Amino acid sequence: MKTYAQTFKELKRSAIIPFFVIGDPDYDTSLSIVKTAIDAGADILELGIAFSDPIADGPTIQKADIRALAAGMNIKRALQFVREIKNYKDIPIGLLMYYNLVYQYGVEKFFNDFHAAGVNSVLIADLSIDDADEVLAPAKKAGLETVFMVTPVTNDERIKLIASHTTGFIYTVSTLGVTGARQTLSNMVKPLIKTIKSITDIPVCVGFGISNPKQAAEVASAGADGVIIGSAIVKIIEDNLADKKQMLDNVKNFVAAIKNATAPNNI
Amino acid sequence: MKEKGRFGQFGGFYVPEVLIPALEEIEQAFYKFYKDPRFVAELNELYKNYAGRPTPLYHAKRLSEHCGFSVYLKREDLLHGGAHKVNNCLGQGLLAQYMGKTRLIAETGAGQHGLATAMIGALFGMETKIFMGSIDVERQNVNVHKMKLCGAEVIPVKGGTCTLKDAINDALRYWTAHVQDTFYLFGTAGGPHPYPTVVKHFQSPIGTEARRQCLEQIGRLPDMVIACVGGGSNAIGIFSGFIDDKSVKLIGVEGAGRGVNTTHHCATLNVGTVGVLHGARTYLLQDADGQIHETECISAGLDYPGVGPEHAFLKESGRAEYVCADDKQVLDAFELVCKKEGILPALESSHAIAWLVGQKGKLPPETIAVVNLSGRGDKDVGIVEKHRPVK
Ligand SMILES: Cc1ncc(COP(=O)(O)O)c(C=O)c1O
Repeated sequence: MKTYAQTFKELKRSAIIPFFVIGDPDYDTSLSIVKTAIDAGADILELGIAFSDPIADGPTIQKADIRALAAGMNIKRALQFVREIKNYKDIPIGLLMYYNLVYQYGVEKFFNDFHAAGVNSVLIADLSIDDADEVLAPAKKAGLETVFMVTPVTNDERIKLIASHTTGFIYTVSTLGVTGARQTLSNMVKPLIKTIKSITDIPVCVGFGISNPKQAAEVASAGADGVIIGSAIVKIIEDNLADKKQMLDNVKNFVAAIKNATAPNNI
Repeated sequence: MKEKGRFGQFGGFYVPEVLIPALEEIEQAFYKFYKDPRFVAELNELYKNYAGRPTPLYHAKRLSEHCGFSVYLKREDLLHGGAHKVNNCLGQGLLAQYMGKTRLIAETGAGQHGLATAMIGALFGMETKIFMGSIDVERQNVNVHKMKLCGAEVIPVKGGTCTLKDAINDALRYWTAHVQDTFYLFGTAGGPHPYPTVVKHFQSPIGTEARRQCLEQIGRLPDMVIACVGGGSNAIGIFSGFIDDKSVKLIGVEGAGRGVNTTHHCATLNVGTVGVLHGARTYLLQDADGQIHETECISAGLDYPGVGPEHAFLKESGRAEYVCADDKQVLDAFELVCKKEGILPALESSHAIAWLVGQKGKLPPETIAVVNLSGRGDKDVGIVEKHRPVK
């Protein structure tokens, strides 16, 4: 199974990391969408498991969660989904989700089962480093890498603490607020990348609010090891629910455009 | 954070990283000021002259006669705004002032906490935004109007089930984007640390007064203290006065809605399971995967699939007992208190009375029961009228 470290090392450029909610808008379409994104150049996948109360998400991803749940998504099917993706290509997969779903399944069992299915890391949006003791040991035991968030209001001391428990990459939140596409890139992101880079060598991937190729290029040129694009790509699904072919074409073109804009000779 | 905010295995602060500094700041300010003489003096003055504390402990004689034992009502319904919510809002609002915050946000279900926050926003001259489920906006439209009169902006929340839990979701989302100048005035004894502790502290005058009043007026402690439980703030407020008095039974009453064996209720501690929601590990109404259930209850103020973590702990430790009353029993209790005492209890508080009335014939006549009458029922007259048209 390919690790994050291997991926970053091979790439020699910023990794392109699209985010999807598993099973949005339904299992089969979701599978086609993710495969399309892989073919268009995704280097790592960030996958969400839909939750009824996603407090870190804006309207676009909330709606995706509702679509996925309405189409029958559950933990068992999410496991199956990950296996099918891994059979398609050995690409690193990070889950991004809420604690209650992990907790109900049983933390150890959840980590073991999803690692066996091919997941590299499980980032829990509502579990901070202060409670990391609830997940660190079982994650290590299961063979998972760890990913935690750093935000523009995280102080240096805390960044150090977070970095000391991180083996995969630091999920760097570009702005204050929930997930959602934004017109302009937050002016907090460049100083934040610089700060983190001055504290640790752990790869830095930036997400929340990155919405178009231009913004992705800015983040890449600021030294990010990865660019995570969530709401902007999930919005393509929302906007093309009636036309699956158009949906897949648009996903393909969007990922390709991001990949191209962030190529080393273009930034 | 200085503390973990745990009550046994319950509580904690399960929130996104971005909110940690804001919670830390509130924890720090709370411990800095809650015993500070100037803060305490200012708050007590507001409790007395703005809110109307202390509230009476009233011996409800005709209701007692009906039950066959003594019933005393702690009259939080007489407070400014019509419910216990003002206690917490004055405390947190003053804290926000001391912290130099300029904007208050709050969630609300019945509108009582939203109204109390709007009042305090006006009192302190702060910008105030109230998040309220769109269904609740409709069923509590009088409170919505009052909030607006006090200058608050009411934001209808259309996500999820359009009720209290979704209002909390959106308030948290808004806070995430405005952490630096905004104080989230949380309405119940739930949510992430330090809220359960902060809210309990600011609601504790209910219990302190009630205990003193029992000793003064009756000459002894009561046998039981009963309160309705939504998130659990009025209950923890009155329980806090008696928690060390092991002879006093503490009873929390949840909403059984259309029955706990249907999916239309909010009896979280009665039939829920342990999970993590809105920052706390506590009992929740959820499915096997951990998706949160819709709830339903005749009183919007109890309509929540979680519960404050200290109640989860009191349940597990056996110090308090949690029971429930269904919509029909609640309407009966509402009418009974109107007829016997000339007091309109809030439908939330009517849950506590309903359970107690159900003990008729089961308790010895010398029993003394104190019910926290957490709010007045004026806001509920329309709902009662719908179910029980007055002939
Ligand atoms: C009168 C009254 N009682 C009780 C409640 C329930 O809240 P809690 O359990 O926090 O006291 C509410 C909530 O709106 C209320 O308005």
